[in-house]
Amino acid sequence: MLNVFETRSIAYKYKETLVLHGISMGIPQGLITGILGPNGSGKTTILKILSGIYKPSQGTVWLNSRPLAEYSRQELARQIAFLEQNNTASLPFTVREVVEMGRYPWLKPFAPLTAQDAEIIDDALDCFGLTRKQEQIVETMSGGERQLVSLARAMAQEPKILILDEPTTYLDIGHQSLVMEYLRKWHKKSGTTIIMVIHDLNLSSQYCDHLIVLEQGTFVMAGSKEEVLCEELIAKTYKASFAMIKHPVSGVPQFLPCFSDR
Amino acid sequence: MREKHYFKNSIRNWNMVLGLLLLFSIILTLTLGSVKVPVSLTIKILLNQLPFVNLNPVWSTSQEDIILALRLPRIFVAVIVGAMLATAGTAFQGILRNPLADPYILGISSGAAVGAASAILLVSQGSIFWSGIALPLFSFLGAILSLGMVFVIAWNRKRETVSLILAGVVVQSFLGAILSFAITVSGHKLKSIVFWLMGSLAAAGWKDVLFLLPYLLICYLIIYAYYRNFNILVLGEQAAQHLGMNVEKTKIIALVAASLLTAAAVSVVGIIGFVGLIVPHIIRILAGPDHKILLPASCLAGAIFLLWSDTLARTLIPAMEIPIGVITALAGAPFFGYLLKKRV
Repeated sequence: MLNVFETRSIAYKYKETLVLHGISMGIPQGLITGILGPNGSGKTTILKILSGIYKPSQGTVWLNSRPLAEYSRQELARQIAFLEQNNTASLPFTVREVVEMGRYPWLKPFAPLTAQDAEIIDDALDCFGLTRKQEQIVETMSGGERQLVSLARAMAQEPKILILDEPTTYLDIGHQSLVMEYLRKWHKKSGTTIIMVIHDLNLSSQYCDHLIVLEQGTFVMAGSKEEVLCEELIAKTYKASFAMIKHPVSGVPQFLPCFSDR
Repeated sequence: MREKHYFKNSIRNWNMVLGLLLLFSIILTLTLGSVKVPVSLTIKILLNQLPFVNLNPVWSTSQEDIILALRLPRIFVAVIVGAMLATAGTAFQGILRNPLADPYILGISSGAAVGAASAILLVSQGSIFWSGIALPLFSFLGAILSLGMVFVIAWNRKRETVSLILAGVVVQSFLGAILSFAITVSGHKLKSIVFWLMGSLAAAGWKDVLFLLPYLLICYLIIYAYYRNFNILVLGEQAAQHLGMNVEKTKIIALVAASLLTAAAVSVVGIIGFVGLIVPHIIRILAGPDHKILLPASCLAGAIFLLWSDTLARTLIPAMEIPIGVITALAGAPFFGYLLKKRV
């Protein structure tokens, strides 16, 4: 399998504290990869290193077999779209204006948007069900809708790789599955590699093809969800006990927390 | 769910409406003053200045002098300075992502005034070097220095809206004191304290128009070139970086251009407050947050605002000049209070 990202023994220091200790891993092309791990395991940090925002204190990251450090900001923005956690800032702009901003890495300074840009923006709006809401002002919309706007903006960026930091946190269960379904639709249509940090084991089991587990800044394991999502590993990583069941419809593993007083 | 409610037709419409309003204001304010010159006569005097136009002079030479030598340069300086301060305010608000940022409130104007005053005190007056280079250069250095001071003081406080404003208050009072001290001990070398702290266009002439115009044109174009970056910065600095924007470069270039606009204006007319705060805000309410529209519209509206402020300053009380800063502060300070209560 081809990897879009390869990392070799990357370490990252934040204010004298080592947050990541020598992580070597690969991220497969064209799949949805989920990064799991308890709070403070360095998941967000590794996303920021992969997206080129943080420079690793040690080690190297390769993007398509070329060192990440050699890419210019614009080259990176044409390859990677990154949505931060809670990036649903209150924006006075309309939905369409925000999605237009996704075209930034492809535009020449001063040049207006072309008909082709407009088509890409229309497609992105359509893909996330925003066509009829495109004149609404983003800051008046709900958190779930804003997340869809952010995703449509990322889509207008036409990235090869989409990196998401907890895309479903703070969303109700309806919007959680809506966001994931839209993401899967986009993924199927374009073949974009998706990398996401995700806290919800059950969602990750349903939507991810490949999983990576981190713990306290170290690499624990990577593999398919059948390999990674076993009771033993999950209990050990999260230091709690779980009951594993099969999803009644899809048959994928699902986890229910067990309480000690029972 | 709120739909877009701005009168956001197109940029051309906004520029046309404001442009016409500015032209209308210029002609109207030309007629106002201790000597009233009728509108029709004023237009004829102006038209007569155009090449290939030769009207039968039905006006006196003193009327022509009042219009062309006294009022017109002063009006042009008001228009240019208003445009400069409003553009600077829009840029500061966009880059600092702070709706209360303004060259006066941040203390940049005070820094520029201290710089200009030290140029006058240190470098001999009258030479070309003084008027052409030293004055704007010192004024600019003062502006940049005060911007640096504001950043150092406001740093590490999560960049809250208020801490930047408080840092501005600190810098402004400190530099204001230095300025007042310098004026007090300098004898008659410097203009009055009131001129520097409250601003005045009373001495404005054609040479000031020629001096200011290039600064406005060049700095405005530099800032306007970044309108897309200003919009994207609203998403947040990290998101802007992820979109491939060179955030640091954008910030430095826009802050330098905005400081230069402020410095050039202050070195000619002294400190005039609140223009950069009020104007972009009103335009934002009317035309929306898109800097492609906001920047040119604020520039034109700033020109109109300062033109009428200066007209009030020179005509409100016959035979007496009110410092223009008094007029802008009377309008601006309550507006500032309102914004502070609403936003923070």
